[in-house]
Amino acid sequence: MTTTVEEILERKSHAVTRDAEVAPTHDIREALFELEAKGEIVVQRVPENHVEVTTKYGRTKKIPIDHTWHHKSCGQCGHIPGYTSSIYWLHRQFNLDYLDPTDQTSCTGWNYYASATSNAAAQAAVMSRNFAAAYETGYFPTIHCGTSYGHYKEIREQLVHHKELRDEVRRILDKMGKPLVIPEELVHYSEWVHVMRKKFAEKQTVDMSMIRATVHPACHYYKIVAEDAIYDPEIYGGQRTATVTATLESLGIDVADYSTWFDCCGFGFRHVLVQRDFTRSFSTLRKIEVMKNEVNPDLTVTHDTGCVTTLDKSQFSAKAHDRNVGIPVLSDAQVAALAMGAHPFRVVQFHWHSTDWRPFLDKLGINWQKYWDEFQNDLELIRAGQKSGITWEDADKPVVYA
Amino acid sequence: MPTTQENWNPGKSDNRHPEVSYEEKERLFLEVKNDPRYEDFLYGCYECGICVSTCPSARFYDYSPRVIAQAMAREDIERVYDIISEDIWNCAQCFSCLRCPRGNNPGGLVTLLREVAVKNGLQETKDVLQGYSRVIYKVMLKGNQVSPDMLQPDFFPDWGPWVGEFSKNMPVWRKAIPVDTLRGVTDAAWKTDRKTLLELYTIWFETGNMDIIKEIDEGLFDLLADVMQEELEEG
Repeated sequence: MTTTVEEILERKSHAVTRDAEVAPTHDIREALFELEAKGEIVVQRVPENHVEVTTKYGRTKKIPIDHTWHHKSCGQCGHIPGYTSSIYWLHRQFNLDYLDPTDQTSCTGWNYYASATSNAAAQAAVMSRNFAAAYETGYFPTIHCGTSYGHYKEIREQLVHHKELRDEVRRILDKMGKPLVIPEELVHYSEWVHVMRKKFAEKQTVDMSMIRATVHPACHYYKIVAEDAIYDPEIYGGQRTATVTATLESLGIDVADYSTWFDCCGFGFRHVLVQRDFTRSFSTLRKIEVMKNEVNPDLTVTHDTGCVTTLDKSQFSAKAHDRNVGIPVLSDAQVAALAMGAHPFRVVQFHWHSTDWRPFLDKLGINWQKYWDEFQNDLELIRAGQKSGITWEDADKPVVYA
Repeated sequence: MPTTQENWNPGKSDNRHPEVSYEEKERLFLEVKNDPRYEDFLYGCYECGICVSTCPSARFYDYSPRVIAQAMAREDIERVYDIISEDIWNCAQCFSCLRCPRGNNPGGLVTLLREVAVKNGLQETKDVLQGYSRVIYKVMLKGNQVSPDMLQPDFFPDWGPWVGEFSKNMPVWRKAIPVDTLRGVTDAAWKTDRKTLLELYTIWFETGNMDIIKEIDEGLFDLLADVMQEELEEG
C-alpha cells in the first residue's frame, strides 16, 4: 500500500519517542557486566555524581560530573591547545575535581585509520592500557577526541565479541601488571559539556544572543556505534545528535541549519597531512561555503579536534581562490568558556586559529586588542625569564568585559 | 591501468593487474576474509547506494564504498585486488557509510584491506605511505600523533601565513598555556611518563606491530627498533 505524503508529514510532526525495549541493537553494558561476573574483565563504574541522558534508541547513559580522568587528544593538544584549556577551565569554575594525567598515550587511532600500520590487538591493548591507567587512579575516563571515542566504542564491541582478542590483550597487560578494564560508559567530553550546559548559562556573562552559529557534528561521535550518542526530542525532533546544538542554544545562540550537516569535515586522517587537496576541497566546498551561502553564520562549532583543524585551516586556500568562506571555528567548550568570561588568549587561545576570529569577538563587544596586549605582556615576561609560563593562577579568574 | 571515466566499470572485473597471479590475489582475499572482524563488517549489499551518497571520497575520486561491499560479498577476487592495490587509500575513514541499511561497514572493510596491504608490503602501499613515515615515527615513539613543532610553514604552506607565526612563536606560546601537561611541550602533544612509553613499546613488539613496520619501511623500522630496544633494555 502506498504511503501518502500527508501520512509521512503527519508521522514527522510528532516528537520521536524511543523505546529501549525494542532497540534494534543489544545493550553492550549487559555484556560487560556478564564478562565481569565471569572474572574476565573489570568494569569501572561511573562515579556517583553523574547525570543520566538518553541515547539514540532510548537507553540511558550516565555522564560523570566530577572525579574525571581526562584522555587528551593528540590533535587538540598539538594544534588547538585552547580546546583542552577551555575544558579544564570550565571544570575549575565549578570546583569540579579532575585529573590531567601523564600516564596516557593517544588512542593511536589516527595512525591506524591513516596508515593501517597497526592491528586489532595493538589497538585494543593501547585502549586497555589507557583505561587501566585511569582505573589505577580511581578517576573515571572522559575522552576528549571524537575519533578516540568512536574508535574505543568499536574496540569495546570487538573485545566483547571476540574471546581470542580479550585473551591476547590480557596476555599483554599481564606483562605490565595491569588488569583488563573497560569503563561502564565511554564518555565524550562534549557529553559532559552537554549535561553542564544549563550551569554554564547560569554563570554566563557575555550576551551571545546576537550570534548565529552552525554546528558540525563530528562523524566519529555519532556514526561509529551510533546508538551510544545523546539524542533529545527537543533538538531536531530527536533526529540528530543533541550535543553541541543544545549547548549553543542554552547560551542563547541562534543555531542555523544547513543542508550538508551530515557531511564529514574532510579530515580523512592521511589526507589532512599528505593529500590536503581532498581535505581542503571537501571542507570548504561542502561545508564552509554551504554554511556561508545558506545561513551566513558568525561562527561554526564542533566537538572534535580534527574537525576544528580541518574546517579552520582549510579556509585560507579557498579564500585565495575567491570562494565564499571566512567563518571562525571553535569547539563547544571554547564557546562555553568564552561565554563565562574566559580570557580569549590565556584560556581560549584564539591565536592558534587561522581563520579570522576578530569579527566574531567584535560582534560580541569584546575588545580583543586589549586582551591581546595583555597576553603580549605575558609573553614578554616569559621571554625575559621573569615568568616561567601562564598558570591557572593567571587564567582562572573570569574576565569582566566592559 | 589508471581508472578513467571510460574504463571505470563498477559491475565487472577487468583484471587491471595481470602481472599478479590469481592465486596470489586469492591468498590476499582470504587473509581479509579470515579476519575475525570480517563477519561483523559485511552482511551483503542491497546496491541501494546510500553509502555512496554520504561518502566524501566518492565525490572526489573514482571511489565507491558500494563497489567494495559488492566485490567482497561476491568474492570477486580480481576486483578485490584492484581495490586493495588502489582504491582503499582514498577512503577518509569517516564512517558515514555506516548508514548502510543492510548493516555493512565498508569503512571497516577498508581497514581490513589496508592492514593486509601493509602486512604483505604491496608496492603501491609502500608508495602511498612514503610521505607519511614521519607521522608513523612520531606516533610510535611519542604515543601521540602530531606535535606542535610539526606546524612549519614549509610543510603547511596552504594553511596560510599564520602558520609562520605558530612556528616563530612556538617556544613562548607553548609556555603560555595554563594546562600543566601542555605547558612548554613542543615535541609531543603532552607530557608523557617514560614508564607509559615503555609500556607502549611493549605493546608494539608484543602485537607484531614492529613486524608490520618492517614490511612497509625497513629504514623506519631500524630507526624505531634501535630507540625502543635501547629504552626497553634500560627501563
